[in-house]
Amino acid sequence: MDISEIWSTVFSFQDYAEILPLVSNSLIAGALLGLVGGMIGIFVMLRDMAFAVHGIAELSFAGAAFALLIGTNVVLGSLVGSVLASLVLGLMGAAAKDRNSIIGVLMPFGLGLGILFLALYEGRSANKFGLLTGQIVAVDTVQLGLLAVCSVVVVVALIAMWRPLTFASVDPAVAAARGIPAGRLSVAFMVVLGLSVALSIQVVGSLLVLALLITPAAAAIRVTSNPVLTVSLSVAFAMTSVVGGILLALAGSLPISPYVTTISFLIYLVCRLIAWRKDKVRHSEKMAVVAA
Amino acid sequence: MPVNNATAVTAPAPVVRLRNASLSFGARPLWDGLDLDIAPGEFLAVLGPNGSGKTTMLRTLMGLQELSGGSVEVCGKPAARGSRQVGTIPQQRPFDDNTPLRARDLVALGIDGHKWGIRLKRKAMRERVDELLELVGASAYADRPVGVLSGGEQQRLRAAQALADDPRLLLCDEPLLSLDLHHQQAISGLIHRQACDHGAAVVFVTHEINPILQYVDRVLYLAGGRFHIGTPEEVMRSEVLSELYGSPIEVFESNGRIVVVGMPETVNHAHPHQGV
Ligand SMILES: Nc1ncnc2c1ncn2[C@@H]1O[C@H](COP(=O)(O)OP(=O)(O)OP(=O)(O)O)[C@@H](O)[C@H]1O
Ligand SMILES: [Mg+2]
Repeated sequence: MDISEIWSTVFSFQDYAEILPLVSNSLIAGALLGLVGGMIGIFVMLRDMAFAVHGIAELSFAGAAFALLIGTNVVLGSLVGSVLASLVLGLMGAAAKDRNSIIGVLMPFGLGLGILFLALYEGRSANKFGLLTGQIVAVDTVQLGLLAVCSVVVVVALIAMWRPLTFASVDPAVAAARGIPAGRLSVAFMVVLGLSVALSIQVVGSLLVLALLITPAAAAIRVTSNPVLTVSLSVAFAMTSVVGGILLALAGSLPISPYVTTISFLIYLVCRLIAWRKDKVRHSEKMAVVAA
Repeated sequence: MPVNNATAVTAPAPVVRLRNASLSFGARPLWDGLDLDIAPGEFLAVLGPNGSGKTTMLRTLMGLQELSGGSVEVCGKPAARGSRQVGTIPQQRPFDDNTPLRARDLVALGIDGHKWGIRLKRKAMRERVDELLELVGASAYADRPVGVLSGGEQQRLRAAQALADDPRLLLCDEPLLSLDLHHQQAISGLIHRQACDHGAAVVFVTHEINPILQYVDRVLYLAGGRFHIGTPEEVMRSEVLSELYGSPIEVFESNGRIVVVGMPETVNHAHPHQGV
């Protein structure tokens, strides 16, 4: 396979106009996931839970693999897996240190279970691979319905918790004094996080969820500290990554995830660059003031 | 005609009422048999070495720490977490560098961070926040990220947060730490104004009484599981401190400042000795 062949596998835009209408469901799903990922990513960053997201994803994978094995709805399986995992984390690991060790224990267990279920499964191997690295170009209407309902739940819950959750995350001492129920909020947040992880897995697969739940928010936080702008940018970045990834994947014959992860990584790089330039400018201004 | 307090028709109800309060962790008592009323407008300084229970005292008043015995009331009701009538400046803990909030957002959280949903009345909030920032001299850095602010700058935001709700009881845990002299005076003056103009009771934990000596009505001195309450003149004396610490201590007054000499070793160290 030479370069031009690889190129045409990665990007080929023949028949594009005919395919597009067929994937409108996926595009809607992608946009919803972008919204969810961009919003919850902010809190994942604030609460320093990147590792937890990864751990939940592996248990979600186990749930999905089990669903595949027994022939039920895979989305449902992954939802059950990740919500269970996040509840365990939410109830057991209040302190960050505990939490990390619990995740370290749960993660290989989940991955191992998942691999066991896949080994037992005798269907198409494309399905198996898809759980880890992303799939579902053609989301059917039933799945879209489930995805949409879950996304709405996540978004509404996040909006409802927004202020107290921010408060409890950045300033736990004052928030506690203000009577904010940090413990209950934390459990509620974990459930919402579990839902978001399960949703993201449908597009980028369990190994790559961080690209959707961390990278966009991390990029946004680099360039601004205005909270409204941070959320808007984070959501915009996540949506661009997913929808852009789906559109590009249509053209080639590759899975969606490499496109999604690459776009979100590039956005992150650009944001770091902007932040670096801004720091330099600020620094040189300061020097100029000192020199004057 | 002089007003006689004892016969005043309505003596104001105390903001804080501790009755026979005791607290111990394991076998180690922090205080025992503590009776204390703090009146509206009163400024109480809490002093004591590291680990003597000053922060724990504040946590008790916030309803975050149960007493082992006795009772604690705030504004006539048992101390409960989340009272709108209590403002706090916590013991210092810096913010993470990457916190996606500006100075003004932090102050805003102090006002409505406990409410559900997202903020709707943005304009009114902005005005209130500007006012508070002005009050603590933080207007210049209102739009800077909290993570890059200096310790003292962050501390002033804490003060703004605490004053936001016009609290009846203001709990301050070493609020002057890492403030320069000018801002020490500004912030302690501000806290004092909350007491004398707005009738709030102030509980002010500090290691250094001199910057606030002019404001202090009474001192609660905690040490080694014992305590002493009284005016600064009554408490800051050689005999009282020697008895509290169980070793000879000299207290001098010079130029209106209190100088304490001969504090035992354990007090000078930043870390208290754990266990016995
Ligand atoms: N929940 C708890 N369980 C067990 N021990 C506790 C608890 N909370 C506080 N302590 C202990 O009570 C003692 C008093 O702690 P506190 O934080 O009130 O000290 P402090 O007077 O504020 O000291 P510092 O000057 O260092 O701030 C400490 O020895 C601490 O270890
Ligand atoms: Mg303390």
